[in-house]
Amino acid sequence: MILLDRVSKTYNRSLGPSLDRISLHVEPKEFVIVVGQSGAGKTTLLRLLTREERPSSGKIIIGGIDYDKLKDKDIPLLRRKIGVVFQDFKLLPNKNVFENVAFALEIVGIGSKEIKHTVPKVLDIVNLKGKEKRMPHELSGGERQRVAIARAIVRQPRILIADEPTGNLDPKHAWDVIKVLEKINRYGTTVLLTTHNVDVVNKLKRRVITLEHGKVASDRANADYEAEK
Amino acid sequence: MTSRSVNLKRKWITFLRIIHTGMVNFLRNISLAVAAIAVMVVTLTILLFSLIANETFSNTIVQITNKIDISIYLKDSNSEEQNKTLVQQVDNLPNVRGTEYLSKADALERYISQNTGNEALLSAVNQTDNPIPATILVKPADLDKIEDIRQFLARPEVAALQSDEPSYSGDRKEAIDKISDATNTLQRIGVLAVIVFTVICALIIFNTIQMAIFNRRDEITIMRLLGAKTSYIRGPFIVESIIYGILSAVISVLIINSAFLASNNALQASSLGLLDIAYASEYFTENFLKLFGLQLVAGILIGMVSSIIATRRYLKFKVK
Repeated sequence: MILLDRVSKTYNRSLGPSLDRISLHVEPKEFVIVVGQSGAGKTTLLRLLTREERPSSGKIIIGGIDYDKLKDKDIPLLRRKIGVVFQDFKLLPNKNVFENVAFALEIVGIGSKEIKHTVPKVLDIVNLKGKEKRMPHELSGGERQRVAIARAIVRQPRILIADEPTGNLDPKHAWDVIKVLEKINRYGTTVLLTTHNVDVVNKLKRRVITLEHGKVASDRANADYEAEK
Repeated sequence: MTSRSVNLKRKWITFLRIIHTGMVNFLRNISLAVAAIAVMVVTLTILLFSLIANETFSNTIVQITNKIDISIYLKDSNSEEQNKTLVQQVDNLPNVRGTEYLSKADALERYISQNTGNEALLSAVNQTDNPIPATILVKPADLDKIEDIRQFLARPEVAALQSDEPSYSGDRKEAIDKISDATNTLQRIGVLAVIVFTVICALIIFNTIQMAIFNRRDEITIMRLLGAKTSYIRGPFIVESIIYGILSAVISVLIINSAFLASNNALQASSLGLLDIAYASEYFTENFLKLFGLQLVAGILIGMVSSIIATRRYLKFKVK
């Protein structure tokens, strides 16, 4: 589903590469956690996957799309196949919960009828039923993040990338978000999650990839965070 | 439904959403838009005024040209045959639009009708002793080229048939020259002003769009990350500028219209200097749809081209 072959990204030659010949392979329906200190290269990795940046070298193939052959004008089509959740939610402040989720469908030309049918179902999955009319500032951090997740999955992507989705949340809300991600993964979506959160990693018991100084330091199944130290 | 028709339907929905978003953004953004619209109104008003003035001057020139003619006075001793041959010859000259032959009797009648009320002049002529010569009235096609006709009339064999020097209505020629000079100058000023204001207009639209893009940068980032196509992000800005164009066209037509109303009511004037207001007003009314359409096209074009350039400049779509 996700294939990286010796991928490097260098922003500034004097500082050395942010990612240094990373190779990894993620199977369909896998749940993968990427951990690492700040500056280890987690965010760079995700920005390469969403094509916000190009790798300096190496090959990326996601869901059969070879990034070398991807033209700039086809980037939107790629992004429609990948759901992304950000640490800072990136919700539109002047739209309510329903409208924020509907927005992802509107921009790809889905009709209003289908939107009215689909959005409530997805809000149900992320446990936000009944909060359709709330504005983002009326929600807790955890709720906002679940709106963002709903928006990311409403188009039924095969891959969901979550960049520190619990970074701004207290433990209880963080766990709500993680449970939603697990649920989505059970429905068959490949999930790639980056986090610092030790509890999250230890409770999930999933494949953990540790990045250190831009390299893969370890890649183990059913791992604990503590074991990395 | 086939995937092709689903695709078409989605494109159509997207198109409608772009227009809707453009209109919503226009309303949200109206304080920013005022400057752009104001300048566009000035631009379009100048354009419209130039068009009407140009048309009016051309009309005035045609009017005066129609009145101008060359009169050839014929000797009483000429035979009817000689006169007819001369008319034929003059008629065949390249720069002659038309001729009219007045026999002595016709010429007298015309003289009397032209001088009705002037007893002194009328008493000098009467049917029995007609002093008025037979006359050929010549309408030249191009007033700047009457030299050919002049030369022909000066030939000895032609001059021999004439009782007097031909008359050229010279004072009218001067008036025509004046008006056509004014028309040329006005055309040049009009074209220049339209160009200058179009450029200013484009720059202000650039600025307006730059501000709008800055105000909506978060929204644009999110749209991009969610996979919105460039055209979907860009479209509303272009729709917004097209609305500027439509509004400006309407306002400029209203301005010109009320200017005509005001001048008709207040001045009761039929002309303002060289400009024949009555005709201009009539031309505007009769060609209203055509002129309004032209204003719309010009406004939409200015808005569209400026916003296409501005969004290309300020919305960066390149991936590093």
